[in-house]
Amino acid sequence: MADVMLMKEIEDKALLLGIDLSSIDLDSIHLPPGDNCGIPSDDDVDQEENLEFDSGFGNIIVVDNLPVVPKEKFEKLVTVVRKIYSQIGAIKEDGLWMPVDPATEKSLGYCFIEYNTPQEAELAKEKTQGYKLDRSHIFSVSMFDDFDRFMKVPDEWAPPPNKEYAPGENLQQWLTDAKARDQFVIRAGSDTEVLWNDAKLLKPDPVYKRAFWTESFVQWSPLGTYLATVHRQGAAVWGGATTFNRLMRYAHPQVKLIDFSPGEKYLVTYSSHEPSNPRDANRVVINIFDVRTGKVMRDFKGSADDFAIGGTGGVTGVSWPVFKWSGGRDDKYFARMGKNVLSVYETETFSLVDKKSLKVENIMDFSWSPTDPIISLFVPETGGGNQPARVSLVQIPSKEELRQKLLFNVSDCKMYWQSNGEYLAVNVDRYTKTKKSTFTGFELFRIKERDIPIEVLELENKNDKIIAFAWEPKGHRFAVIHGDNPKPDISIYSMRTAQNTGRVSKLTTLKGKQANALFWSPAGRFIVLAGLKGFNGLLEFYNVDELETMANTEHFYATDVEWDPTGRYVATAVTSVHEMENGFNIWSFNGKHLYRILKDHFFQFLWRPRPASFLTAEKEEEIAKNLKKYSKKYEAEDQDVSLLLSEQEREKRRVLKEDWDKWANEWKLLHEEEKLERENLRDGEASDEEEEYEAKDIEVEEVVDVTKEILQVEEY
Amino acid sequence: MRPILMKGHERPLTFLKYNRDGDLLFSCAKDHNPTVWFADNGERLGTYRGHNGAVWCCDVSRDSGRLITGSADQTAKLWNVQTGQQLFTFNFDSPARSVDFSVGDKLAVITTDPFMELSSAIHVKRIAKDPSDQTAESLLVIKGPQGRINRAIWGPLNKTIISAGEDAVIRIWDSETGKLLKESDKELGHKKTITSLAKSADGSHFCTGSLDKSAKIWDSRTLSLVKTYVTERPVNAVTMSPLLDHVVLGGGQDASAVTTTDHRAGKFEAKFFDKILQEEIGGVKGHFGPINALAFNPDGKSFSSGGEDGYVRLHHFDPDYFNIKI
Repeated sequence: MADVMLMKEIEDKALLLGIDLSSIDLDSIHLPPGDNCGIPSDDDVDQEENLEFDSGFGNIIVVDNLPVVPKEKFEKLVTVVRKIYSQIGAIKEDGLWMPVDPATEKSLGYCFIEYNTPQEAELAKEKTQGYKLDRSHIFSVSMFDDFDRFMKVPDEWAPPPNKEYAPGENLQQWLTDAKARDQFVIRAGSDTEVLWNDAKLLKPDPVYKRAFWTESFVQWSPLGTYLATVHRQGAAVWGGATTFNRLMRYAHPQVKLIDFSPGEKYLVTYSSHEPSNPRDANRVVINIFDVRTGKVMRDFKGSADDFAIGGTGGVTGVSWPVFKWSGGRDDKYFARMGKNVLSVYETETFSLVDKKSLKVENIMDFSWSPTDPIISLFVPETGGGNQPARVSLVQIPSKEELRQKLLFNVSDCKMYWQSNGEYLAVNVDRYTKTKKSTFTGFELFRIKERDIPIEVLELENKNDKIIAFAWEPKGHRFAVIHGDNPKPDISIYSMRTAQNTGRVSKLTTLKGKQANALFWSPAGRFIVLAGLKGFNGLLEFYNVDELETMANTEHFYATDVEWDPTGRYVATAVTSVHEMENGFNIWSFNGKHLYRILKDHFFQFLWRPRPASFLTAEKEEEIAKNLKKYSKKYEAEDQDVSLLLSEQEREKRRVLKEDWDKWANEWKLLHEEEKLERENLRDGEASDEEEEYEAKDIEVEEVVDVTKEILQVEEY
Repeated sequence: MRPILMKGHERPLTFLKYNRDGDLLFSCAKDHNPTVWFADNGERLGTYRGHNGAVWCCDVSRDSGRLITGSADQTAKLWNVQTGQQLFTFNFDSPARSVDFSVGDKLAVITTDPFMELSSAIHVKRIAKDPSDQTAESLLVIKGPQGRINRAIWGPLNKTIISAGEDAVIRIWDSETGKLLKESDKELGHKKTITSLAKSADGSHFCTGSLDKSAKIWDSRTLSLVKTYVTERPVNAVTMSPLLDHVVLGGGQDASAVTTTDHRAGKFEAKFFDKILQEEIGGVKGHFGPINALAFNPDGKSFSSGGEDGYVRLHHFDPDYFNIKI
């Protein structure tokens, strides 16, 4: 079909332009070379970046400071150099070229080596820089590409021109929205779209849309200022007052993963490269960029083994993020686990705190307090149980141990910080005496209290498995899904009791819920108990203050649940792990369904985060107290909106109805006109409904049977 | 509303048709026997035996005397409705997909599938009053575009033939000369295979359902797009109420993609839409396979649906259906 149409279109076009197609020899037409026929693609971004990164000589290195040898020794030197460099990666055929001075027939003391990939070249440069062939010949290696750059350096230094200060855009403009709406980004098919959540109008309001915006995923920065996209050549961040402009690019070929520091000052990018020798581990490159200047603050390179310590799973053995950032907005420290060490870096110098790592034998896991420079770390049992397992809290930068708890018979340990850094819950799996099964308990640390008291909490049924655990954001409560059967129980605890703020107490247990994930509202108080995946997307909206269920609903197949940053709305999405039902639903906090958008090949739904409020706790409380006063103003506005909406809706319906009636009348007219013709077609029979039903009584007599019987009449 | 379940077919249903009086319902299925039922109580009256392949489509004459069926056995057959007697067989070189009697029942349009080297085709046959005079001769053969034609019907006054199929384009042909008169707009039109096509009671407009999860209403004369209805599933069948401004879409995920997870996943519902406002009114559940066929009783007070599950479900509307307000 397509071919036929194409030819027809061509013919039409030819006719239009007055060209006789038969007079043209199609073979004589030469298209410009290249896939795009010499027409530049609209996607200028990609073009531009390609030019920058693919100059084509990235896989060649230049080795200088080689010995200058006469003709006789030339072969030998080549062999030696080849031996050194073929260990690092596969040198291309004829990839080693050592120029010779034609006059003296001596080598010139340098050579070119071409590898198969730029990664190998880079590795070779790194590994043999300063390689000592002998005392007087220390290799100096550089990338061939760099030569171009060196050549371009002007001989005389000129002061850079002073640039006029141009004020930047207000990157936080979205926070000043008059209707106080929130934004979210969705990725479906090849399109990435940023939209307002206009819950009042029950539909999203588009902000910005772009096809092929990213090559794998998008990510908001933690305070919502930037939207990060990932490309083959590196990462980029976007933002702006009214639309999304590219603010900065971060070159990192084949970047796979990115991570912002909590104060969004730094961006960590990660890539992993196939080694040339299949027995080696993958090579990992991690760059830390300054988000605003785009400068590389520090890079880490090494084999994947160096980065895959502790933790399980993750990407090719590396658990992401490799670097965990200390809490708070100042992005002061970041840390990484190594074998038996914990390396804590500070961002002032991007070097280790006190110039050395913290020695912790057998460290398995660690995490930062979300607000303070405190690290909690977990060390498992060693020496066959002689040395107990240990959870400790370490203060940075003093590296002083604040608190330590020894634990016995531990199989595994997970640490959960409450978002204000007030509490730390450690979920401890212990072996039973027989060592055949495990049971679970919690160690609860109260960080902000004197001496950091620890409380032990055990579930009523100790054999229950913990399916999910979640702290109430900024609150004192937590919820646990526990149980072994398909319908687990959900318990909610508080770190306070009515009389005593220092004791944990159970608020309630909800029996037999089909749930496997917990989603607290960012404002606390409300929680969504979700049964994702196996439970087909059951949702229960629960009010923890009143201990009552607000709504029981379902988003069939839902894979993701996300609260908006204000805790007013909940989005549930079916991403393309399923083939069907792709799209998202928006709910109010109390489980009222607001609207639904279906999109095929739906990949991501992310609310744009908001920075923390500047209001003090007291001020917030005051507002909460006088809510009635404030809400009056908004209620009037809401009413206007809904009035306007119903007005518009009515108007829309009226127009639709009118249009339809117009068509219908036209049709009726035509139908009437054609009546006679139609009757003719039917041999004069009245057509359609024009004929009235006429009830006719038709008597049909059927002879069923005829029998002859002779009756004898007796005469008297 | 309690449906009447009619289990008379052993294979998935393909087509449903009421006669003009609305007292008989004809059903076609992938088993070889078209069946006729009482439209009121679902009692089976009889079957039409003779086809040797899936029966894709049927049409009944205005006086309910003749039935024409198109089958995958490469024939279209004429039947005596009352006796079930086979009157005539049109032989083709490829499966017959759709059949339709013209106004006056003197002509029939039959479409055939692309098969081996053959492209799809639209045949116009003269239907003789007396079956003994019937010939197999075609008045007109239109070589179709690439891909299957899923449905072809007569336009107003038999002057045109409207066809739609796999290439998602609706075409209007001159029924005298076979010339292509109009094609649907590519931008506005369907994006995937058109599976079904249903005429309004007066023939002024028609509705098409497509695998692109939408149904559209078009003007029969000008082929201008009038309305679009968007749903969540591929649409296999459409019909329009002759009484109220309602459109019914049937479908569901492809039978081959039906998983073993949950019956809700399929959404095998007949969805009712407001014809004018293009908004969903409600749905009728029940089938446990995609809906392949839908038909409204000409009185608009009942409708039936046929599914991949082999059942015909006959629904008589409750009184409150007739005062739905949205």
